[in-house]
Amino acid sequence: MMNKLLFTLFALIIINSSLQAEELKAEKLKKQDWSFEGITGTFDRASIQRGFKVYREVCAVCHSMNLLYYRDLIDIGFSPDQIKVIASEYTVIDGPNDEGEMFERPARPSDRFVDPYRNDVEARLSNNGAYPPDLSLITKSRKGGADYLYNLLTGYAETEEGSDIGEGMYYNLYMPGNQIAMPQPLYDESVEYDDGTPNNLNQLSYDLTNFLVWAAEPELEERKRIGIIAILFFVVFGVFSFFLKLRLWKKVS
Amino acid sequence: MKKNTEVKKYKNSFLNWIEYRLPIISYLEREYGDYPMPKNANYFWSFGAMLTIILVVMIFSGIFLAMYYTPHVDMAFESTERIMRDVSFGWLIRYIHSNGASFFFIVVYLHMVRSIYYGSFKYPRELNWLFGVTIYLLMMVTAFLGYTLPWGQMSYWAATVITNLFSAIPLVGESIKIWLLGDYTVGNATLNRFFALHYVLPFVILGIVALHVAAVHVHGSNNPSGVEVKTPKDTVKFFPYMLIKDTLAFSVFGIIISAVIFFGPNLMAEVDNYIPADPMVTPAHIVPNWYLAPFYAILRAVPDKLGGVVLMFGSILVLFFLPWLDKSKIKSCSYRPVYKWMTILFFADFFILGYVGLKPAVGTYLLMARVGVIYYFLYFLVLAPLVPKFEKTSQLPDSISDVYGAK
Ligand code: HEC
Ligand code: HEM
Repeated sequence: MMNKLLFTLFALIIINSSLQAEELKAEKLKKQDWSFEGITGTFDRASIQRGFKVYREVCAVCHSMNLLYYRDLIDIGFSPDQIKVIASEYTVIDGPNDEGEMFERPARPSDRFVDPYRNDVEARLSNNGAYPPDLSLITKSRKGGADYLYNLLTGYAETEEGSDIGEGMYYNLYMPGNQIAMPQPLYDESVEYDDGTPNNLNQLSYDLTNFLVWAAEPELEERKRIGIIAILFFVVFGVFSFFLKLRLWKKVS
Repeated sequence: MKKNTEVKKYKNSFLNWIEYRLPIISYLEREYGDYPMPKNANYFWSFGAMLTIILVVMIFSGIFLAMYYTPHVDMAFESTERIMRDVSFGWLIRYIHSNGASFFFIVVYLHMVRSIYYGSFKYPRELNWLFGVTIYLLMMVTAFLGYTLPWGQMSYWAATVITNLFSAIPLVGESIKIWLLGDYTVGNATLNRFFALHYVLPFVILGIVALHVAAVHVHGSNNPSGVEVKTPKDTVKFFPYMLIKDTLAFSVFGIIISAVIFFGPNLMAEVDNYIPADPMVTPAHIVPNWYLAPFYAILRAVPDKLGGVVLMFGSILVLFFLPWLDKSKIKSCSYRPVYKWMTILFFADFFILGYVGLKPAVGTYLLMARVGVIYYFLYFLVLAPLVPKFEKTSQLPDSISDVYGAK
């Protein structure tokens, strides 16, 4: 009797929560295949490099990535010389020098990714009052993670009949509330790829998402590798203790 | 003063040297080697040892985190991220510490379920239970303080909501709140003192755990039958019999916690805590850590703020009185056919409260929270004292050996 009661209670909870989930999100996320998923998941470095290009050429105009340094790019397959060249395309303010003056110099691998705006006020001013969030942790700071990001980038649509869209807002199927202050950033062929990969909207978004997942969780591959070893260790240890336990307790009566 | 009493002879002369000056070797032997455990103790009795290990792991991982962490509102978020990215194996240390906290609570809840179901809190182990509830209370405070340290959105807003509760106290509430925060709102002074307290409380817990364990060892452990040990035949030595069971249990625990730490380290975290704290932006709904959620549900079940605060603190306080509220002489629920189901329902009730505590307090959720609170207090204040008056209990076995042999 009790079991049935408990079962009904839990069933109610589950039904209830799925109802609620549907109320909030108009559109269910379309799941993509990601190479980093699964127990042995690894990063697709070619895709991440392409995604970095998309970030640099499009998103970096508005979004900072404060937690990354140019030196971190070594992880995704750039050589130290390539990184020096990439960094040197940006300008940072350094100083004071011997005369007490601040000065501009090209960025070095040991510098952070350079911010597009000097401060938050300028960022808001340039974006109709909306603040473009830092993208370093974006896949960890949104429900749905990589899939949410991918769907957001490909989820712009014509404003639906009868929906109320605010001034300077755009309709997006996946943004909570369906309104976003960011105009659609990516279109087919927004960015040229050097390696002949098709550059349609889906591919650009896919590569970019791969890049941002790496940026948020650079430890992912190492983590999964060590994880397998840790679990195997406990399994072996457990099997060993299990048989020892059986042997010891046989004598107890 | 003891004069040259017979010193136990160990093969190892170094051990003898120590033992003569401080009889700690024979103490350890008595308390952790030959210590008699009821032989019918099931795996629920492995959680205490597991908790001790987790506590030590939490303290060590915490000390390493503190070496790199900066308790300043402008740097706290960034410094935690630097730990994740630039400190070697920093991500591992942080994920062990954050998931370790969650698992600490999972295991402590199982440990408490054991104590309640098998009546371990009853005579002669009441003091032990009081130490236990104190540890639980301190754990909750420590975890809450720790949650604010990364200074993400949830850190900031949970700290704001919880400290605001104190302002509900009539007359002095506002002053108490300001005294706790060190400022008018949650700010740098708050973060600094929270860090200081979060660092020190685990050592206080460690001290109480020592008392807690020493207290169990005076009368020995309870067991699933609730019948006290009568002859040495009812027991086995801790070493090796219990140790091997605890080791096996710990291996299973190790597999589960590794799966989470390495393959889903953020499953039990809130996504909003990866957004730096922003006093100007309130998150859509503010949620506490899951393990504090039952009390958050109780808090919000009442429309009156002061009433909610009183109920919430009351729900923790009432735990202290359980040994005197439960009037039954029979310890184990296995021999209490009615109360047994009420107790199981109480566990389910606590679980449901936790679930609704993570949801917005509206509609069905609010209703569930209210029903949940009523049963919570009904269980302690009415069922525990009154059910023994009417319950027809089943026949207790004569000794532990009787139950053990029958299996
Ligand atoms: C013209 C400036 C601009 C560009 C270019 C731009 N964004 Fe944005 N982005 C914004 C603004 C402004 C917001 C804040 C939107 C809001 O709060 O409604 C935003 C918000 C976002 C968000 C947060 C959505 C959420 O769930 O809150 C993501 C993710 C994002 N942008 C990704 C990108 C990516 C990836 C690119 C490059 C392909 C990009 N943006 C290019 C201006 C820009
Ligand atoms: C830091 C957290 C804790 C640690 C490290 C800890 C450790 C231990 C240990 C090692 C034992 C003896 C082994 C056992 O019986 O499992 C024990 C027993 C016990 N604990 Fe805890 N404990 C903790 C928290 C709590 C809490 C929160 C409670 C209840 C509110 C509690 C209640 C008890 C009781 C009643 C016993 C005696 C059980 C018996 O003999 O059957 N403990 N604890």
